[in-house]
Amino acid sequence: MKRTLLAAGIAAFALGATPAMAKTLVYCSEGSPEGFDPSLYTAGTTFDASSKPIYNRLIEFKPGTTELRPGIAESWEVSEDGKEITFHLRDDAQFHSTDYFTPSRPLNADDVIYTFNRQMNEDNAYYKHNNGSYEYFNAMSMSELIDEIVKVDDHTVKFKLTRPEAPFLANLAMDFASIQSKEYGDQMLEAGTPEKVNQQPIGTGPFQFVNYREDAAIRYSANPDYFRGKQPLDNLVFAITSDAQVRYQKLRAGECHVMPYPNPSDIDEMKQNDDIKVLEEPGLNVAYLAYNTQQEPFDNPDVRKALNMAVNKDAIIDAVFQGAGQVAKNPIPPTMWGYNEAIEDDVYDPEKAEQMLKDAGVENLEMNIWAMPVQRPYMPNARRTAELMQADLAKVGVDAEIVTYEWGEYLKRSSSLDRDGAVILGWTGDNGDPDNFLAVLLGCDAVGGANRAHWCHEPFDKLIMEAKTLDDQDKRAELYKEAQVIFKEQAPWNTLAHSTVFMPLRQEVTGYTIDPLGGHSFEGVDLE
Amino acid sequence: MFKFVLLKLAQLIPTFIGVTIVAFAFIRLLPGDPILLMAGERGISPERYAQLEAQLGFDRSAVVQYFDFLGNLVQGDLGTSLVTHTPVMSEFMSRFPATVELSAFALLFAILIGLPAGVIAATRRGTAIDHTVMGISLTGYSMPIFWWGLLLIMFFSSTLGWTPVSGRISFLYFVDSVTGFMTIDTLLAGDWPAFLSALHYLILPAIVLGTIPMAVIARQTRSSMLEVLGEDYVRTARAKGLSNFRVIMVHTLRNALITVVTVIGLQVGVLLAGAILTETIFSWPGIGKWMIDAISRRDYPAVQGGLVLIAFIVMIVNLLVDVAYGVINPRIRY
Repeated sequence: MKRTLLAAGIAAFALGATPAMAKTLVYCSEGSPEGFDPSLYTAGTTFDASSKPIYNRLIEFKPGTTELRPGIAESWEVSEDGKEITFHLRDDAQFHSTDYFTPSRPLNADDVIYTFNRQMNEDNAYYKHNNGSYEYFNAMSMSELIDEIVKVDDHTVKFKLTRPEAPFLANLAMDFASIQSKEYGDQMLEAGTPEKVNQQPIGTGPFQFVNYREDAAIRYSANPDYFRGKQPLDNLVFAITSDAQVRYQKLRAGECHVMPYPNPSDIDEMKQNDDIKVLEEPGLNVAYLAYNTQQEPFDNPDVRKALNMAVNKDAIIDAVFQGAGQVAKNPIPPTMWGYNEAIEDDVYDPEKAEQMLKDAGVENLEMNIWAMPVQRPYMPNARRTAELMQADLAKVGVDAEIVTYEWGEYLKRSSSLDRDGAVILGWTGDNGDPDNFLAVLLGCDAVGGANRAHWCHEPFDKLIMEAKTLDDQDKRAELYKEAQVIFKEQAPWNTLAHSTVFMPLRQEVTGYTIDPLGGHSFEGVDLE
Repeated sequence: MFKFVLLKLAQLIPTFIGVTIVAFAFIRLLPGDPILLMAGERGISPERYAQLEAQLGFDRSAVVQYFDFLGNLVQGDLGTSLVTHTPVMSEFMSRFPATVELSAFALLFAILIGLPAGVIAATRRGTAIDHTVMGISLTGYSMPIFWWGLLLIMFFSSTLGWTPVSGRISFLYFVDSVTGFMTIDTLLAGDWPAFLSALHYLILPAIVLGTIPMAVIARQTRSSMLEVLGEDYVRTARAKGLSNFRVIMVHTLRNALITVVTVIGLQVGVLLAGAILTETIFSWPGIGKWMIDAISRRDYPAVQGGLVLIAFIVMIVNLLVDVAYGVINPRIRY
């Protein structure tokens, strides 16, 4: 099966098309990037092609974890009141030299300030050029959080915040906060081609952009001046292949080394193939069924608890996830810090559930179950899940009807306060912070938005709001654990599952780790 | 002739306006809102939603938006993609050559196989050869593209390793885009290995896309050959003692070709439709794949612009086919 790569290698050697010993890794990516300026977009596919290979951030995620490590900032201090963060920048971060740009200086404080200004300062030329459409920056409330960014000296930057916010550091490790070159931005403005920044990116990252053929391939070469050292790979190629079955065939034939998002039904066959190894890890996600806690009789926690106990979640894991997932008991995934291991899940007990419903005075209950029309990383088949629930609920005398809408419509209608019924949905973490699940999905502020249970429970909200303001991670973890106890008692959701992420790669690939945040990065990867 | 072309062109105008209405309405009739789809599970605040809506002009009435679209269209402006923020025209033009190249090779395959097969079947009517050819063509006609494509990939690419699985050219080659046609660009660059690689990558998708047109052409050729073979002038030609080859090739085929050319012209629409599936399977970077992405993201300007351009191209090709009749068959007078 190595035939094609081998043949290609021989051909390259014979023709001198590439240096004989050049190591090229081909990644069969699942789609085309929307552009190469990560601040403008929200899709993982775009980040894989832009922020991951090309850029760095002040703080970064340690590969394969959600822990933070220094990036462009060597170190940082948080002030006593939590409202000032001072970053010390490294002085050896060099922007890429390409045939379209040559930097005259290494990265400094100006570049950091420029990166954030273009996303929040309405007078900035790039803010105007892009109509302020920095969706991720806005979604993470960055413009409300940042009061001012001050240049202390060339290699020191101070962020002044409007309120103490512990998850802010993790926000800075996200893709939209990738540090861009002010010098390059200014040059393109002067040349009247600001759109070039999005088409021919310049960063400080492990790989530099070579070229992109729309919908076909993106090529990168190793950055010779990378501050963590030149990569073992010489070239990186993204071969855009949207069909999962075709990606698998390309992997088999040796036309690519790594592929994301395999069909779950192909996993067993892949594991039996000697040329392929399959990495797997629990994903940083959750799938849930959110009741409308403002609708009768779902405003009664006992009713919600009883309905949770009526559903056989193991059967859902078997039938829908085909084993590629685990039953969820908490709203945050088990790989995240602050996860409360001690919590006991609602036991599947239809008889007791029926009794509890009776005790709550609920008889002949009719309800809607909303099933989304699309496959998501946390939920392979919502319709099938809803059907299994429907059958389980029928056994306890609840008549459930399945409703669905087109995806955009589903998202909108499920947010509305007068929604009739419980909704299947899920979440994939942005920054590895429990706040990103508990406050975003269950906080009082999010009711009518991402809080699909419309659940505003004061004791819970108080805990997560307090945890936001603390700097000490252990103390925060304690508060989150307590919040999970309240969550379980109140049962605004039936926590369904955390899906497993599979990453098939060819045997010769070494050093690849699954990113729990769902990205795909080739820093430190090698070919044997 | 000139008058005929002018008349035909004038007839295109109402059709074209109809196409713009359908293209404009089609994507908006599909449920789904580009702004909500972009926001995903997180949702979007009503203020931000209103702001984006106003920015994109979606807060105006559909009629106003349509005339805005039509007005810009007349000036050659198809708008800007909501997703990539680049002009729809340049997005389309950078991908269209890939589709044309694939369709051209598919059509070449269809004609090279379909035409001789039809002639052979007609001249051996009722024999085992005839039944075999027609059986194969019926099978080809009924083959679902998606299934057929995957089958060929699994057999020829994964198992035998003869052809690449997907893509347009090996990642080893990067040829500057001059015409956008990979086979031509590689030749212009004088890069033979790259040219061969481009051909190598074309084989399977061209066969998959060309299968249905091939079947149609074979069947049409056979039936119109049979019709012409029964004509008086063919009998006369035979009576004159002309060789069988000459009777078939000159007297029969040439006349039979008139309907075949019509059918080939109609295949352009079939090819463009089939290209959407074929491009998806073979990761072929053409307009089919681009349109699918645009539809799923509800990228209104890209979808309506793309549809109008495709419809325009199909209309022009059909016009050219009408004109081509006169060249093939001098008996047709305009």
